[in-house]
Amino acid sequence: MIGLAFFLFLIAIAITTLVIDLATGNEFYRNNVINQDLFGRLQGPSKEHLFGQDEFGRDMLLRMIWAVRYSLFMGSAAVIIGMVCGGVLGAMSGYYGKTVDAVIMRAMDILLAIPSMLLATAIVAALGTSLFNVLLAIAISYIPSFARTVRAAVLTVKDQEFIEAARAIGCHDGEIIFKYIIPNAMAPIIVQATMGLAGAILSIAGLSFLGLGIQPPTPEWGAMLSNARQYIRDAWHVTVIPGLGIMLTILALNLMGDGLRDALDPRLKD
Amino acid sequence: MHKYILKRLLMLIPVILGVTFIVFFILNLSPGDPAAMILGEQATAEAIEMKREELGLNDPILVRYFNYMKDLLHGDMGVSYRNSISVWEQVTDRFPNTVVLAIAGILVALLIGLPLGILSAKKQNTIIDNISMVLSLIGVSMPNFWFGLLVVMLFALKLGWLPSQGMGEGFVPLLLSLILPALTLGTGSAGSIARMTRSSMLEVIRQDYISTARAKGVDERTVTFQHMLRNALIPIITSVGLQFGSLLGGAMLTETVFSWPGLGRLMVENIKSKDIPMVLGCVVFLATMFTIVNLVVDLIYAFVDPRIKSLYKKGR
Amino acid sequence: MSDILLQIKDLSIVYATEDGVVQALTNANLTLRQGETLGLVGETGAGKTTLARGIMRLIPDPPGKIVSGEILFEEKDLLRLSIKEMRKYRGSQISMIFQDPMTSLNPVMTVGDQIREVIVTHHPEMSRQDARKHAEDMLEMVGITATRYNDYPHQFSGGMKQRVVIAIALAGEPRLLIADEPTTALDVTIQAQVLEMIHALKRKSNTAMLLITHDLGVVAQNCDSVAIIYAGEIVEYGTLRQVYKNVLHPYTEGLFGSVPSLESNARRLAAIDGMMPDPTDLPKGCKFVDRCKYATDRCRGEVPRLMEMADGHKVRCFRHESGEVNGNG
Repeated sequence: MIGLAFFLFLIAIAITTLVIDLATGNEFYRNNVINQDLFGRLQGPSKEHLFGQDEFGRDMLLRMIWAVRYSLFMGSAAVIIGMVCGGVLGAMSGYYGKTVDAVIMRAMDILLAIPSMLLATAIVAALGTSLFNVLLAIAISYIPSFARTVRAAVLTVKDQEFIEAARAIGCHDGEIIFKYIIPNAMAPIIVQATMGLAGAILSIAGLSFLGLGIQPPTPEWGAMLSNARQYIRDAWHVTVIPGLGIMLTILALNLMGDGLRDALDPRLKD
Repeated sequence: MHKYILKRLLMLIPVILGVTFIVFFILNLSPGDPAAMILGEQATAEAIEMKREELGLNDPILVRYFNYMKDLLHGDMGVSYRNSISVWEQVTDRFPNTVVLAIAGILVALLIGLPLGILSAKKQNTIIDNISMVLSLIGVSMPNFWFGLLVVMLFALKLGWLPSQGMGEGFVPLLLSLILPALTLGTGSAGSIARMTRSSMLEVIRQDYISTARAKGVDERTVTFQHMLRNALIPIITSVGLQFGSLLGGAMLTETVFSWPGLGRLMVENIKSKDIPMVLGCVVFLATMFTIVNLVVDLIYAFVDPRIKSLYKKGR
Repeated sequence: MSDILLQIKDLSIVYATEDGVVQALTNANLTLRQGETLGLVGETGAGKTTLARGIMRLIPDPPGKIVSGEILFEEKDLLRLSIKEMRKYRGSQISMIFQDPMTSLNPVMTVGDQIREVIVTHHPEMSRQDARKHAEDMLEMVGITATRYNDYPHQFSGGMKQRVVIAIALAGEPRLLIADEPTTALDVTIQAQVLEMIHALKRKSNTAMLLITHDLGVVAQNCDSVAIIYAGEIVEYGTLRQVYKNVLHPYTEGLFGSVPSLESNARRLAAIDGMMPDPTDLPKGCKFVDRCKYATDRCRGEVPRLMEMADGHKVRCFRHESGEVNGNG
């Protein structure tokens, strides 16, 4: 429950910042979030700046708040793309079996044989660092795990009688897959998507930390940490605060994932 | 058994081929002309075209991939665009450092994760259980590069106990310089392993054969390790194998934080300078390593679980 | 007389579950002499296994708890022993055969090692070879060749597994063997074989046995005395002859009514009407009241004592109050 509450809180923040930017034509963003104040460099938390100021004197609190939407939206987009592509592949694999299954699953095995962070890095290395490429890179690395989950789910429901019944009343394959099989496979997919979102946000932060993700001055937690590294001797808050932000977000998602798993799949409950 | 190992080794080949092809293909999508990059900005169009021909860049991708793999078998991965030094040399030079770090990381993960998970399961629903599960959840949720920065702040900068950067020469300095990176790399996996160990132990703990063991008058330690843990081990091993993959991915971050001279850092440096043969070399090595680890994990199953072993003996 | 091996006095065991406290066993009293076989009969959920595990002190805690009573084994109260002292009894003085042989062997240990473990645990002074030899002898004793010492449980059939379980139980030469429905999970054809073997082995070594079952036929063939248990209470208790020749409790009556007989030519077997009461919400008076055709208002309000008849036959029913000897049983 705490996990869900915190997650909803983050979504609210992300939407609010988006609305503010749209309403003010990015003016607030320019004046407050990326505006530099060189006299306030690396100042610790104070009354005016609750979370302190970063190496360019920017307000950490505002940057933390504005960063939420990048992590959240990009993470979600990556997971959704991965889920849709993986889901379709997995469903086809499980439903048609035989050659289709063999080809798709071997391909997935090979993709799985590359650690996901490594795959994402390679993709970004080839395509260059842009928001879209980062998103794509992470989405691709999620395809195999979703494909496997959906395939397993499809295999368990495929031979049940209501599928037979659907076929008997003349449903065609696509209809059967989307109307009957996918809804029945939903529980494990939702759980995996939640956990996947946590992983995606971590990966985005990681890539940005390496300088391969979101580029400054855009506020992003991983990129903020990357900059903070140089000032680790001088100012603790620029390092500690962005990391806390990532950690709490991931923690919330993991808690939510655990809760969902227990709720949706009682067999997995200890 | 030998037959099985041989078979699994042969099955490695298509996987490695597939992995290298995917990576080769992705990295060849890279915009920019390598020939132009090698020759520098002053090069004429003709010189570039000649270089392209020389590098075989005008061939179709499958031909180029085939040639790359042929060279790879001879330990030739081309030369770096940046400094024209053999990629193979640079990669094999750094590779052992990453192996050392990864092994140290997985050891840390096991040393923390296993006891925590076992303790949690044995004391299910007590304060001890709750505390260790919260700790492992935090471990799982923490970005490891951030944790790395925190331990540097505490142990290297504030307390001055351990070095914060680089890899020490000689056994003791090496060990000292390994502590913080290994801790950083292993903590997240420790959390996952603890969670997996707990749930796996809880599955076993109520089994009838545990009652049988207790009814024999066997002491609790033997019950826990000989009877419970050995049966709970299979999913734990799977989880350790998977963790190894994220560990290799995490190695890039950890190596960057600690300036550890490993493959991950080499790769990140070369991505920034768009040195594609170098990046390719690093990814091929890391991915192959992960594939081999997965094979080892599969083989360990057979040693842990006699049911799996006898499946193979029946000549599969 | 000191040939009393086991005496259970007023043993009560509860389970604390999410739905409330389950009174699994209430004031159970049993006595077992050396070499005697006592049959404990009741339906699923009546508290048979709880009683057996209670003697071994293997009640899973939480949720289970032994709330009161004494378990005197050779006049020593097992409930007062430390867990370490108790371990010395398990396997060497008291052994247990669990219900399901399919799940009661450790799948990752060879059967031989599982037998040897008992021997090594209680005879740490024994050499490896001797212990192994002994374990092999045990295997042979239950009719499995010693060459299968290094095989794993999954390589055996259900009946063979139960033999291994029996070998484990007997390897420590116990004085008391608790067999918890040792044949329920087996094929009918093997059931008789296994029971016969247990019976023969136990007679050879003069081991006492507590045989838990829901099969009155099995009891008739193997037991010297019988205790009938219903909803956590012993409702009838006596020698085999007493209980079979002179059924006193309505529940026992019902049980016999549901056994097919060669002699009578009943067209239908009489089932006991109704269901076992919800263990978290037992009736206030006699636990059997809702299914009993003789039930009176008194049965609803007051719990009957376990009353002792003139011949030592005990029953928990008001209908036999007149036959009770000197007040308390």
